[in-house]
Amino acid sequence: MTTVLERVRSGREAAGERWRGAPRWVRWVLLAAVIAFFYALPNKEFYQYLGPIPTPGANFTQVMFTVSIYVLLAVGLNIVVGFAGLLDLGYFGFFAVGAYTVAVLTSPSSNIKTLWPWLLVVPLAIALTMLSGVMLGTPTLRLRGDYLAIVTLGFAEMIRIAAVSSDFLKGQRGFNQIPHPPGKYADGKPFFGVLDARPYYWLVLTLIIMVVIGVRNLTHSRVGRAWISIREDEDAAQLMGVPTFKFKLWAFASGAAIAGLAGALFAGKQNFVNSQNFELLNSIIILAAVIFGGSGNIVGAIVGGGLVAYMIERFRGIELFGVELYEYRFLIFGLVLVIMMIFRPEGLIPNRRRAAEFKDRRKEVIVGE
Amino acid sequence: MDFDGLFSNFGELTTTGLTQGAIYALVALGYTLVYGVLRLINFAHSEVFIAGAFAAIWTWNGFGLDQNSQVSGIGSVLFYLLVAMIVAAIASAGTATVIERVAYRPLRKRNAPPLAFLITAIGASIAISEAFGIYTRRLPEGAPSLVSSKPLFHVFGVPIDAVQLLTIGAALLMMVLLDLFINRSRTGRGIRAVAQDANTAALMGVNKDRIILMVFIAGGSMAGVAGLLYDVRIQTLTYSVGFLLGLKAFTAAVLGGIGNLRGALIGGLLLGVVENYASGLFGSQWKDFAAFAVLVVLLMFRPTGLLGESLGRARA
Amino acid sequence: MRQKLARVIGGVAMVALVAGGTACSSGSDTASGGDACGSKIAFFGALTGSSAALGINENNGVKLAVDKYNKENADCKVELVSLDSQGSPDQAPGLAQKAIDDTKILGVVGPAYSGESEAAGPLFNEAGLVSITASATRPSLADQKWKTFFRAVGNDFSQGPAAGNYMKNVLKADKVYVIDDQSAYGAGLADEVKKVLGPAVVGSDKVQGEGKQTEFSGVVTKVKAANVKAIFYGGYYQEAGLIRKQLTAAGVTAPLVAGDGVNDGAYITSAGQAAAEGTILTCPCQPAAEARGTFVQEYKALNGSEPGTYSDTAYDAANIMLAGIKAGKSTREGLLEFVKGYSGEGVAASYKFTENGELDPAQVKVWAFKVTGGKVVPDQEIPKS
Repeated sequence: MTTVLERVRSGREAAGERWRGAPRWVRWVLLAAVIAFFYALPNKEFYQYLGPIPTPGANFTQVMFTVSIYVLLAVGLNIVVGFAGLLDLGYFGFFAVGAYTVAVLTSPSSNIKTLWPWLLVVPLAIALTMLSGVMLGTPTLRLRGDYLAIVTLGFAEMIRIAAVSSDFLKGQRGFNQIPHPPGKYADGKPFFGVLDARPYYWLVLTLIIMVVIGVRNLTHSRVGRAWISIREDEDAAQLMGVPTFKFKLWAFASGAAIAGLAGALFAGKQNFVNSQNFELLNSIIILAAVIFGGSGNIVGAIVGGGLVAYMIERFRGIELFGVELYEYRFLIFGLVLVIMMIFRPEGLIPNRRRAAEFKDRRKEVIVGE
Repeated sequence: MDFDGLFSNFGELTTTGLTQGAIYALVALGYTLVYGVLRLINFAHSEVFIAGAFAAIWTWNGFGLDQNSQVSGIGSVLFYLLVAMIVAAIASAGTATVIERVAYRPLRKRNAPPLAFLITAIGASIAISEAFGIYTRRLPEGAPSLVSSKPLFHVFGVPIDAVQLLTIGAALLMMVLLDLFINRSRTGRGIRAVAQDANTAALMGVNKDRIILMVFIAGGSMAGVAGLLYDVRIQTLTYSVGFLLGLKAFTAAVLGGIGNLRGALIGGLLLGVVENYASGLFGSQWKDFAAFAVLVVLLMFRPTGLLGESLGRARA
Repeated sequence: MRQKLARVIGGVAMVALVAGGTACSSGSDTASGGDACGSKIAFFGALTGSSAALGINENNGVKLAVDKYNKENADCKVELVSLDSQGSPDQAPGLAQKAIDDTKILGVVGPAYSGESEAAGPLFNEAGLVSITASATRPSLADQKWKTFFRAVGNDFSQGPAAGNYMKNVLKADKVYVIDDQSAYGAGLADEVKKVLGPAVVGSDKVQGEGKQTEFSGVVTKVKAANVKAIFYGGYYQEAGLIRKQLTAAGVTAPLVAGDGVNDGAYITSAGQAAAEGTILTCPCQPAAEARGTFVQEYKALNGSEPGTYSDTAYDAANIMLAGIKAGKSTREGLLEFVKGYSGEGVAASYKFTENGELDPAQVKVWAFKVTGGKVVPDQEIPKS
């Protein structure tokens, strides 16, 4: 068992080495191919040849949109959890803030009836989510680890209850007729229509690429190094002159902003936002997805977010021994998490530095074990 | 805001709040014990509670009692309560043991980071809760009404009934027993030693794995009793109630100062009462909002909870 | 080796680009013509999850309709596709699109709940796929100018006032406490009841639905203190059962009145027989046993259970579509026109739709049911005013 695991592990490390050792142009071509693949994916003419990949139980393009939103969220949460090492269990709350900002300001069923266009509200939604991140972060980021986890969880639950119970946010009645993003085809038909989910998916995909480039640049800058030093040892970082609180707040706010963007996109696509969209379980799923993929590694977070969201949908419509597998999706999800943490706690595609840490820890002597 | 509603029902909101708070407190003990010793939020503890609650209901079902049964005679009522309590405590302690052995121990052997423990705990929690959900077809299971909730007597015009007396009494009794166990017994001394400094304790010859197992069993039994009391009080059980109740119980533990046994009791009772006052003042829908708001505000001003964290240092 | 790998990857990328390019140019092919034989109708609603009881009732009703049709037209069968939404608006667009993608599907019975109807409605409208809901009673659904939306039952505006009138005229309740679960359905109903009863409502409170709350001591205390003659609950059976149980335990004997969301056997399980006794449940539907003909026996023979709330309405909704298919409507446009102009008798009511898809008000009947001896039995039809 162990030898097999070791062999798999070394095989994967070898693959990683080969990737890093490959010439630059090979890597670019490879990357371009992957991106092209994902742009082509929601076209029926393409995915119908992909065998078991399309989802049998729901429209594949619609599923891919959901998946892409989860990927965007995973990229954002990865900043908070993976880079800065802050355990945020209420990340979906920021998604809700983004979606509700759009809903309140654009929907005709809103109390204030501003009816602004979608595009105008998106930056506002991002700014407001960022602000809520700062507002939540300022008092709570002084807390460490587990306390932060529970406070963020409480925050997300408070947002959900406020969404359900306050008149202003309309509860389960929700906001309908939220406008779509602008844009028309040559023949006057809207580009972002009701039936075709592909443009939305392409939009999110494009934004993911832009966000990833931004985040990557950030992590290679002073900010990114500060985050990593906080994650590794907060006290040491503080002693070395890193203003830890400020950078933690930054991590929190930029993570929140990305969630706000995702929320705004979701509202623009879905047309309808109500309190049922924001269950606490979603926060947990996204956190699990980031850890599952490999926290601290952008590619890992993308793979984790995509895979988890996709697998949960993929179970729909599969029958095994007369039972619908979809019913068991969260049971399987939970078990996978447990098994995963035992055998590969660093995630599918780990951050190299973190993987090394894990290896070190494994070797450390523990008394009494 | 309905001040009138709050003040005119103040007494009753307090007693029902304390009753619910007692259940929170019992579950909170499990969080606090595990956290005190392992520095780990045992997220799956909510499912330990659910296991006990289902075990109690299924025991009664085994005796042919369902939600429509009426049991009369104090002797048979006590008999059913006691049997169900023992079964529930065993079921919960068993679940806790399984979680510790299957999910946590392998991680400890590898010296995994805290994040891995948390994710494992979440995974175990989801898996167990879903397993119960699938088994019960996500439908509520009914419990017989064993204890009448007709008022027994009035204190300052506030009716007190047998369910309230039983719940609060049983919770206090369990607390006292646990306190004695931690402070007086040999194993208790081991628990305190491991909580204070696990490695040193191990060097002194304390069997760490055994102590950790004992902690899970003790916390599990408390959750089992809480499950039984929940059944007696609410008389219906759905697989999904554990999550929120567990979250509240954890909040209670943090309120009182996690790792601190008496803190868990105070935190639990306080949370139950605050919740009820909030439902009187703002309407029932804001009940949970108030609970979490109190937590957030308290942590800002007193980051270690009301009584401060400690299982090892102060004498519990 | 490395070069070879690069070349292969380059090739794949080219193919992907080409495939993507051609795909963009192809339009949607929603409406298809052809023979009506082999057509499908879909049912859309929760079949699993905690709110599945209603969806299963309806799906079984539709199943019966299709089964009967296929027996009578063995040479030209129709297939039923069941889409399980779990009642969640999140899942609705993906499923709605799946129904739209399948060009053989000519009509949809559902969505069962109001929230999912909001999310799925725009898609059906755009695709011109006719949908007849048997249970989404939220009034605003009809105001969105969806040309494909039809409702085979009365909306909350008919049920809410009826429930209010029942309390006022039959129960003679001059003091009523109103509780709702903040769902689109529950709160909507509660608001209508409050309008009718006016000052007789001495207090109101809201709870959390969807199984999120099980402990109602705050509400129970308030209801008890208000000393009312009747309690109205807007919401679904699970919470209703718990509230009734805890009210009875606290010594509140005033009857609970609730809408069709509670009108289900599962309510009695949740509350316990003793506590549930005497509960009044309203429904803009006829008692299933009242349904004419042999519906009840046939339903039982096929599904092995008694028809539940909205089984008959869903059966009728399916039959309206099947009648269209029988009449040779083999396209979505054709069936949509057919439903729009439909007028006829079903087992639960007579059907005729208004301009915006509502059931003709003259056809709406609201009944009161009463829990007696552990069973939901019909009590009386509630007059409109």
